[in-house]
Amino acid sequence: MTAGAPTRDATMVTVRERTPEKPRRWSADDAFALALRLASLAVLAAVLLLIWQTWLGSRPAIQAYGLRFLTGTAWDPVAEKFGALPYVVGTLVTSGIALLLAVPFGIGAAVFLSEIAPPRTGAVISFLIELLASIPSIVYGLWGVFVLAPFLRTLVEPWLIKHLGFLPLFQGFPFGLGILPAGLVLAIMVVPTVTSVTREILRALPDSLRGAALALGATRAEAIGVTLDAARPGILGAVILALGRALGETMAVTMLIGNTNHLSWSLLGPGATMASVIANEFTEAVGKLHLAALFEVALVLFLVSLVVNAVARLIVLAATGGRRDVAGAA
Amino acid sequence: MTPAETPLIRTAMPARHGAPSADADNTPEPAAHLAARGFGLRYGTHPALTDISFEIPEHRVTAIIGPSGCGKSTLLRAFNRMNDLIPNVTTSGELRVGALDVNTPSTDVVSLRRRVGMVFQRPNPFPQSVFDNVAFGLRLLGLRQRAALAERVETSLRRAALWEEVKDRLDRSALQLSGGQQQRLCIARCLAVDPEVLLMDEPASALDPTSTARVEELVLELKGRYTIVVVTHNMQQAARISDRTAFLMQGRLVEVGDTRRMFTNPKEKLTEDYITGRFG
Amino acid sequence: MSRERPDVVLPAGVHWRRRVANRVAIGGCVLATALVVLPLGLLVLRLLESGLHGLSLGFFLHMPKPVGEPGGGMANAIVGTLIVVGIGAAIAVPVGVAAGVYLAEYGREQLANVVRYTADVLAGAPSIVVGVAVFGLLVVPMGRFSALAGGVALAVLMLPTVVRATEEVVRLVPASYRQAALALGAPSWVATLRVVLPAARAGVTTAALLAVARASGETAPLLFTALGNRFWSVHLDQPIATLPVMIYDYARAPYSDWNSQAWTGALTLLVLVTVLSALMRLATRNIR
Repeated sequence: MTAGAPTRDATMVTVRERTPEKPRRWSADDAFALALRLASLAVLAAVLLLIWQTWLGSRPAIQAYGLRFLTGTAWDPVAEKFGALPYVVGTLVTSGIALLLAVPFGIGAAVFLSEIAPPRTGAVISFLIELLASIPSIVYGLWGVFVLAPFLRTLVEPWLIKHLGFLPLFQGFPFGLGILPAGLVLAIMVVPTVTSVTREILRALPDSLRGAALALGATRAEAIGVTLDAARPGILGAVILALGRALGETMAVTMLIGNTNHLSWSLLGPGATMASVIANEFTEAVGKLHLAALFEVALVLFLVSLVVNAVARLIVLAATGGRRDVAGAA
Repeated sequence: MTPAETPLIRTAMPARHGAPSADADNTPEPAAHLAARGFGLRYGTHPALTDISFEIPEHRVTAIIGPSGCGKSTLLRAFNRMNDLIPNVTTSGELRVGALDVNTPSTDVVSLRRRVGMVFQRPNPFPQSVFDNVAFGLRLLGLRQRAALAERVETSLRRAALWEEVKDRLDRSALQLSGGQQQRLCIARCLAVDPEVLLMDEPASALDPTSTARVEELVLELKGRYTIVVVTHNMQQAARISDRTAFLMQGRLVEVGDTRRMFTNPKEKLTEDYITGRFG
Repeated sequence: MSRERPDVVLPAGVHWRRRVANRVAIGGCVLATALVVLPLGLLVLRLLESGLHGLSLGFFLHMPKPVGEPGGGMANAIVGTLIVVGIGAAIAVPVGVAAGVYLAEYGREQLANVVRYTADVLAGAPSIVVGVAVFGLLVVPMGRFSALAGGVALAVLMLPTVVRATEEVVRLVPASYRQAALALGAPSWVATLRVVLPAARAGVTTAALLAVARASGETAPLLFTALGNRFWSVHLDQPIATLPVMIYDYARAPYSDWNSQAWTGALTLLVLVTVLSALMRLATRNIR
């Protein structure tokens, strides 16, 4: 037993000798760690790039228009007047319509998947909803233009005008293209986000909650009501996450929204969003100021979606107890 | 079944069978409130309970004891059909609450669960205020006026020996209460809807000794009004609070009888081995 | 002992309204789910109906023809998509995996928290903003639109997906693998590169496939970086045709022949994305 003792002393001596009085040699481990760090910095660089380039490009416009850029409603490239309010409003309105439709249906589907569906059916439907989420925006746009818009123009919009036309929201002619179809397609695109995040939130709730409600004589729906009530903060996060997604959506919206620079009350008429005006006018910008104005629209869009997404992730993170994979699933 | 506002009627008492058999202290045997006759339950092909037959008397505390995995919780949950939440469960035989056979297709599970309340092992208050927790069942039943709700909430909290501790914080979240308080809140929540039976699944096992003692005290107070069935793995607890005890092993009922007699003079060897700690 | 009669009487049964509400609520959820899934069916059916007949070998091999001439295809666009997505992957996958490994192995450093948060921010950036930024970064100095710029834009979009997924997958590798390698005398970097990363291979491949699948469907960031090209070009410093952009152009054109080709292109694109997703799912299944 005592034979081992000297070894201990020897090790301790070695340790003392190795104290960092002299500089360590640069090892392969250090090089590797450095390489990894540099790669991570690339992520930072990418975000900084976005901010820097959009800001740089918008400088002329910022200098020329200041805050009036966001409040002005006249967008006239030829006369060099750039007020982006119609686009901000258009973005908010289409996103608003999208959320109005996507949230109830999305939550309903999430409840079905997590509380009602038998496991096999649930798996199939959940797969189908994931499929919906992976369809490229341009494909939605194509379908929207050739299928949804004619459907709206021939069937839905005349009905809306006839029965709800006393509201300024539904006045005008049935174009087919416009704010309504854009909002509708946006809703379809955003629903999978609402459903999958809500589903994860419901899954994170303890089973005993449902058990307690049922044991007190609640019907199935009443017990579901209790779980939804407990999931409220998380669901809010899901909604805001969906909003973030809707804000940045470009192709489908651009193809369906009709593209005008006027603000109008009617949902049936054409509109434009920040993303759509950039998509439409960027490559044919009339002059440097026009381009700068479009850059500024991009900057505003970026900042808005940044804030919205940050808020959403915080809420969802808190509601699922810090599980990043859920926030990432969105 | 019955439409809306009929007054709460106690279920008709089953006729007393035979002459009341005297206990050691000569009190007449109370009528059976819950009964099992040849009751069996399977999870898929695996039998969890086999041929269970016994009776649970009214206004008494009956303990169900046995080693872990013996089916005590399953049996308890069968009385209020909470096993329905598990897929592939099949039952056989008879299980009665009063005159009602619990397992027929026509049984209204929702109203059964209100007559037969359940307290879970881990306290599970809703993430709502104390008041809303207790009022939950009442609101389901259509009680809306704040004054009437408040009165019943207070009554229930008093009966659960919690009123003094929460009366000034009824609107604060139930999750802020301690474990023992939460469990008494869950009991109050059950009591609010006026059940006949209280099923308690190891109600104190997640609590510290002081809270455990309070819950046990509460059970003894409550038995005057309710029929109580307690599942416990703690034999001393069973001896302390129950009038009758049923001993289960591997899904079968080994012995059932008066608690004092069973613990001092068990009929079956298995019972004796379990009680003396030779296994389980 | 009698029970005190409460002042308020509680109903004994379940009010019919509650039963009805129960059925309505559950039925509503079923209906909602059906309506959510419905567009998928409609879309796929229409894609097949309008796009299938155009799917011929010619579609993949022929170049776009002027309007009116039959037999045009999207060969240049398909190749262009492969090139641009390839550039994007070539940039995003190595960098993303490295960053993901960093986050998994050094996750508690301050820098790691910043990077993680930034990756989330990047994930939420609208794709058109990325296109605008890369326009400023590359197209303007180079003086022309280019496949390279398009690739860089896609790389920026792919990066957060690869980083996050890699971090998760590498985290899941049991610490014992690493410790076994270290105990055998391997330096830390060898343990990571030769033991941990290969163990996470399937998950990392999945992450890469997921990012590629998403990127191949992107249109907006390519509009002002790669632009588009009616002719054959594989030069990295020239504008290049890509499938999504060509679909966009053909969809908006007033020629029904081109519209029809747009449907075929869309079908091709969807098949591509779905196949990649299926591959990804297969890879994930093999991990278990």
